[in-house]
Amino acid sequence: MNRLKYIGGTLCRMLTLLAAVSVLSFALVALSPIDPLTAYIGTNSTLSQEAKDAIAEHWGLNDPPAKRFLAWAGNFLKGDWGTSIAFKKPVKTVIGERFSYSVALMLIAWIFSGTLGFLAGVFAAVKKGSLWDKIIKTFCLALQSAPTFWVGLLVLSLFAVRLGWFPIGLAAPMGKLAQDVTLGERIYHLILPSLTLGVLGISKITLYARQKLIEILSSDFILFAKARGENISQLVWRHGMRNIALPAVTVQFAAFSELFGGIALAESVFSYPGIGSALTAAGLSGDVPLLLGIAVFSAIFVFAGNLMANILYGLLDPRIKEGRANG
Amino acid sequence: MDRKTARFNTRTRVMVYIVLAFVYLAGVLLWGLLMDPEAYAVDYRVKFLPPGAGHLFGTDFMGRDMLFRCVKGLSTSIVIGVIASAVSSVIALAAGVAAAVVGGKLDSFVNWCVDLCMGMPHLVLLVLISFMLGRGMKGVMFGVALTHWPELTRIVRAEVLQIRAQPYVQAAYRLGKTRMQVAREHILPHVLPVYLIGVILLFPHAIMHEASITFLGFGLSAEEPAIGVILSESMKHIATGKWWLALFPGILLLAAIMLFDVIGENLKRLLNPGSGHE
Repeated sequence: MNRLKYIGGTLCRMLTLLAAVSVLSFALVALSPIDPLTAYIGTNSTLSQEAKDAIAEHWGLNDPPAKRFLAWAGNFLKGDWGTSIAFKKPVKTVIGERFSYSVALMLIAWIFSGTLGFLAGVFAAVKKGSLWDKIIKTFCLALQSAPTFWVGLLVLSLFAVRLGWFPIGLAAPMGKLAQDVTLGERIYHLILPSLTLGVLGISKITLYARQKLIEILSSDFILFAKARGENISQLVWRHGMRNIALPAVTVQFAAFSELFGGIALAESVFSYPGIGSALTAAGLSGDVPLLLGIAVFSAIFVFAGNLMANILYGLLDPRIKEGRANG
Repeated sequence: MDRKTARFNTRTRVMVYIVLAFVYLAGVLLWGLLMDPEAYAVDYRVKFLPPGAGHLFGTDFMGRDMLFRCVKGLSTSIVIGVIASAVSSVIALAAGVAAAVVGGKLDSFVNWCVDLCMGMPHLVLLVLISFMLGRGMKGVMFGVALTHWPELTRIVRAEVLQIRAQPYVQAAYRLGKTRMQVAREHILPHVLPVYLIGVILLFPHAIMHEASITFLGFGLSAEEPAIGVILSESMKHIATGKWWLALFPGILLLAAIMLFDVIGENLKRLLNPGSGHE
């Protein structure tokens, strides 16, 4: 019961925040000097003034912003997210299509960086002060400071251009119909972008796992365990892992927000047709409905990550469970 | 190498890093600001030269010298980074201290704002703000300056809350000091170290976000030298093997970001009594 209440409370808070995010996004877009009408018909259109006025009237551009927001929000809740100007398709379809490409990319990068980063962090902590530890630490610090798109460019120029092992971009071979693209080709095109994203996500989780494990290994109960004669692998498995696995998973879930920013950059480098490049296209072409749709969608995505982290914490951490029951 | 690092303690090392970072950044900034635009002028006779004696970083598709363009671009980035850090840190300090000292409704409001800003991916928020200001330099400047305060606000708030619970602060209240007095005399001086580290660590974030948003095409126009613009241009030529167009500008940027990260992390360790004397 308490657990339900906890999850319910978190969910409620997130819903209010989500509403606020959409108000904020709408306000930002509505204040823009970029005219959606000009974005739609182009600057050198021969359309008469009457026709322009008719479109503006039809779109409700002359209404006050509050009224426009309510109309947009009402339709949004009903499932009508508007029509994208740049793609000439419903926003929902565009986001759905694009996200199906991005989700594979993000999932691979996320799992790859999570497992490898965690293991590297544990390894570095166990060998604290050794050459390996120093290498891992320096490598992570460098990666932490490296811009995603730059690493992407270097990976591209080394593996795709120099060595020619991988394709230069896109999600499928050029000039092939969508239904003919095989799974193998999909994966082949996915490797470089997900590698870039994954490598960049690694540093955070590695440094975190390392730091935590070092803290735990220097605590008193570890000293006692050592006195009982446990060796290092027993120490790590019995006492270390249990204490760091959960916070590490939470950190990885909370990284959803950075992951979303990362795909926008990575997809732009590899010209991968995912949701990140749709965001860039929407922003650059003045495609207001799509921009709003992606903004709200990205917020939902981040909230989902945070919610999962919260639920995991509430479900798995015995201290939180007990604290709830007692309080 | 090992013996050398052992001889210098953290304090000396931090000083060396600070001097290094200062020389590097001030050098790039001054060189960039005072640079004659002729230095990276278009010259079609020398386009796509690989790095060599005449052009240390090579030249691009219009024969512009990459070294000069990069330095100029990085100096623009540094200016934006400094302004953004300054604005964001002032917002963060005011909001964090106010939230923790006044408490109650204001506290929940500040927390709510922080959650709101962190609820969207940072890059999406930057795109929206840049869109609101009609793209261009102004959009990047405002976007980067107005979106970097939430994390620092959290840090400042947590610190103030901790200090507020100390007996001497409670005693000051009992002695009849007002909230403002306590905040100024007893709380601010203790928050300052944490705050300064936060500002130093904020700077690389600001520069990186400036470069990212410019790279996506929302920032400065294509003729203007900026690291993001240069890298996004290099993207077009990378397929034909012009690797130097991407490698060197990135290294310059990376060096600036890393120096600040290292200083911030080391200062953190120095100011923490638990690890200050290692």
